[in-house]
Amino acid sequence: MIIKSLDPRITRAGLDDESKDGIQQPMDQWFTYEVFQQKKRGTHHVHVGSLHAPDSELAILFAKEQYARRGQCVNLWVVKTADVFATEYEDEDIFATTPEKKYREPEVYKVMDRIQAYKAKQNS
Amino acid sequence: MYGNAYVENTGNQNSLTAGEDPVKLAEFEARIAAGEKIEPQDWMPKEYRRQLIRMIEQHAHSEIIGALPEGTWITRAPGFRRKLALMAKVQDEVGHAQLLYSACETLGKSREDMINDLINGKSKYSNIFNYPAETWADSAVIAWLVDAGAIINQLTNSKGSYGPYCRALDRICAEESFHLKYGHDNVVFLATGTPKQRQMVQEAMNRWWTPLMHFFGPSDKISQHTETLMKWKVKMASNDDMRQQFLDMYVPKIWDLGLTVPDANLKKNEETGKWEYTEPDWEEFKRVINGDGPCNKERLAVRRMAEEKGRWVRNTILKKDAHYVAPLA
Ligand SMILES: [Fe+2]
Ligand SMILES: [Fe+2]
Repeated sequence: MIIKSLDPRITRAGLDDESKDGIQQPMDQWFTYEVFQQKKRGTHHVHVGSLHAPDSELAILFAKEQYARRGQCVNLWVVKTADVFATEYEDEDIFATTPEKKYREPEVYKVMDRIQAYKAKQNS
Repeated sequence: MYGNAYVENTGNQNSLTAGEDPVKLAEFEARIAAGEKIEPQDWMPKEYRRQLIRMIEQHAHSEIIGALPEGTWITRAPGFRRKLALMAKVQDEVGHAQLLYSACETLGKSREDMINDLINGKSKYSNIFNYPAETWADSAVIAWLVDAGAIINQLTNSKGSYGPYCRALDRICAEESFHLKYGHDNVVFLATGTPKQRQMVQEAMNRWWTPLMHFFGPSDKISQHTETLMKWKVKMASNDDMRQQFLDMYVPKIWDLGLTVPDANLKKNEETGKWEYTEPDWEEFKRVINGDGPCNKERLAVRRMAEEKGRWVRNTILKKDAHYVAPLA
């Protein structure tokens, strides 16, 4: 049966409610890209999500629509997801700062005690 | 049921964790209990993945189909400013679907498979969008109160355990505040207008009340199954709790405009602090969700048309070497 809709555009389209059209083929949704957005000059680009596009230029266009419709954005990057080389969460421990690496932290450097002791000795 | 009201109660009590490695399962549950998010590359129970795919996919479909009832009035919005605002809102809803499809893809279901399951009728979407927007006032009530329900659901779910879904919901919730204010503005305009405008918005309220009461789904069965999903932070609140929250926040605002709700039993019990109401017709809910609602056929036919008519464009710009990978996060 042809659909009669409250939306005149749908009625005009003359859609058959028994149609089986529209089944998606593999790759109907193209490549996958990751999107990075810079909100203000001087700040880092931050990953904001992903999208599908047939090439990088269209990916930028879609990224603008999808991730920069509102609020601030001065720059966008898109990167093919397949090109991202990432660590595994399973190997998270490679980032652990072990106690014997404390010499990398600023707060372990305590010179005031030594300076005070030196001054006390000079004055005595 | 925006996303999570339809928890299947299948199999025996332990079916959700059957066959899982107990050590990995314990680590997984400890991570969630500690408030950490699960990321796509992490180990997860098969049922966690399956339930999340079903829920996020259903949510994505709800956004893309949800654009249709309101879209009914784009061509005849009263005035250019309202037309622009409605188009922006509808664009947001379609954008929400994009974000949610991406989040769901990280769990291993491709976008084509999700869209095919939608147009085949295998996947569900929020039942409320199977009802027609008969007048402009219906589109106002939808933008205010259906979006209000969606916000309650989405804020609740954004505290869940699956990272990509939570991040998508954070972005979505930020946009919803415009929808809510836009909808409220339209309802207030009609409710404070001429007698005819008041009548229009009251009639729309009467039409949408039952679908709104259905929105959060039937009371949950208390089962081991539900408890596990709550422990995994897949389900974050009971359907009744979300419905109570909705009534508490919005019934006073409806009454404040001198509008009524078509349920004479609706009142807040001051002792329990809970709202009392007539149970909506859950048989109707089941009937509509299984395909026999006023607009089910139209909604899917429009979706099929969009896929079918867009095909030549998709094919024309598709590169020969294209291959699919799931989004990263
Ligand atoms: Fe939405
Ligand atoms: Fe919305």
